[in-house]
Amino acid sequence: MMNYAVEVRGLRVIRGGQTVLHDVSAQVPVGSVTGLLGPSGCGKTTLMRSIVGVQKVAAGEVRVLGMPAGSAALRDRIGYVTQAPSVYGDLSMRENLRYFASVLGAPRDDPERVVAAVGMEGKEDARVDRLSGGQRARVSLAAALLGTPQVLVLDEPTVGLDPVLRAELWGLFHRLAEAEDPVTLLISSHVMDEASRCTRLLLMREGRILASDTPEALLEQTGSADIEGAFLALVGAAS
Amino acid sequence: MSVRRTLATARRVLEQLRHDPRTIALMLIVPCVLISLLKWVFDASPHVFQSVGAALLGIFPFTVMFLVTSVGMLRERTTGTLERLLTMPLAKADLLGGYALAFGSVALVQAGIASALTIGLLGLKVAGPVWAVFVVALLDALLGMALGLFTSAFARTEFQAVQFLPAFVLPQFLLCGLFAPRDRMQPVLRWISDVLPLSYAVSAMDKITAHGTVTGGLITDMAIIAGAGVLALALGAATLRRRTD
Repeated sequence: MMNYAVEVRGLRVIRGGQTVLHDVSAQVPVGSVTGLLGPSGCGKTTLMRSIVGVQKVAAGEVRVLGMPAGSAALRDRIGYVTQAPSVYGDLSMRENLRYFASVLGAPRDDPERVVAAVGMEGKEDARVDRLSGGQRARVSLAAALLGTPQVLVLDEPTVGLDPVLRAELWGLFHRLAEAEDPVTLLISSHVMDEASRCTRLLLMREGRILASDTPEALLEQTGSADIEGAFLALVGAAS
Repeated sequence: MSVRRTLATARRVLEQLRHDPRTIALMLIVPCVLISLLKWVFDASPHVFQSVGAALLGIFPFTVMFLVTSVGMLRERTTGTLERLLTMPLAKADLLGGYALAFGSVALVQAGIASALTIGLLGLKVAGPVWAVFVVALLDALLGMALGLFTSAFARTEFQAVQFLPAFVLPQFLLCGLFAPRDRMQPVLRWISDVLPLSYAVSAMDKITAHGTVTGGLITDMAIIAGAGVLALALGAATLRRRTD
């Protein structure tokens, strides 16, 4: 039996009268780097918000580490990076991280560790709103790495980053997942070519999960050369 | 609620202010300029300055804290930092306490400078103890903060947040007894002014300037301001939702 860090069953979310998620069910295995892929507007962010426990849901069940999503006990075990960097633009990276570290009760030297992890050494004292978009995204990611999160939910963390840096971050994600106390990562992207970097995939379209498997199995099942092709084949099969 | 998280929040809010020296200067200098201007405008009739000078010492901290809190909290909402904080082990009381601590200390500095100028240089006569002026100014500041926090929940943009100042605060200016004595207002207005908290701020300052000792009426006024602040804070806390649409 597989051990799941995130289990979603029959999740329905309605926003502004529109059903955004239609009875979605999905699992994220412990220690996996799961990619949540799908076009813009397909409900990836809403699904992630539901998992973090900040989304009002109409029906269904979301459990994280065996507890209902949003439980108080999960608040220092789950790290969440929103699409737009949610850090204080009028503070430096150092001040941001010091604040979030003390909220989390992380050790005093933890900010240094996460600055190095996202490759931002030497830029700690610049005001965050003077940094580039990609650098701000890394400050936001660094804040989510503080403490000892067991689940990381990252909404498009690599968008707009230089390819070298992107490769480094994916390397970091895999190191976290393969650590002795494995971190489970759920990473969304609308760029299909990031699929090959994941150990598992959830393909989403129009508020529904199209497929949930390893990248290799999806390619084999659809007989496609790449995930984009597999996606198209699955859409064709579903309609 | 945790002392560490509350102090960390207060420190963070003060750090944000420190990066914005222009706002600090505006918060500290504008009240002084306005009070000096008032003194000058009513140069020919000094009793006017004597009757409204102290009331202004209570109104400025209220107004300034209302503005900075509503805009500050709106920014927390729109930039997603509030959502991030609420996914972390931070109690709402830690966040509100941190804001109260940070802005409360700024309010004390503001009240200190403004009252030194008003009482020391401009010669406002205060019969009662000066510390009471500070206590009332601080309570007014916290009330302004609590109302600003509450109203920020109804603003989507900073434009709207700033417009809440005329909507929420100016009517209180007109009705608080600053322009016309409350006991000579039309009964309906009098009744409205009775439930608006700023009326008690003005009333408290009037009592301090008029009486040499702390009277029971002054204590009642202070209690009402504090009570209104707690009520507004509770309403404001209710607008901080961990789960949103």
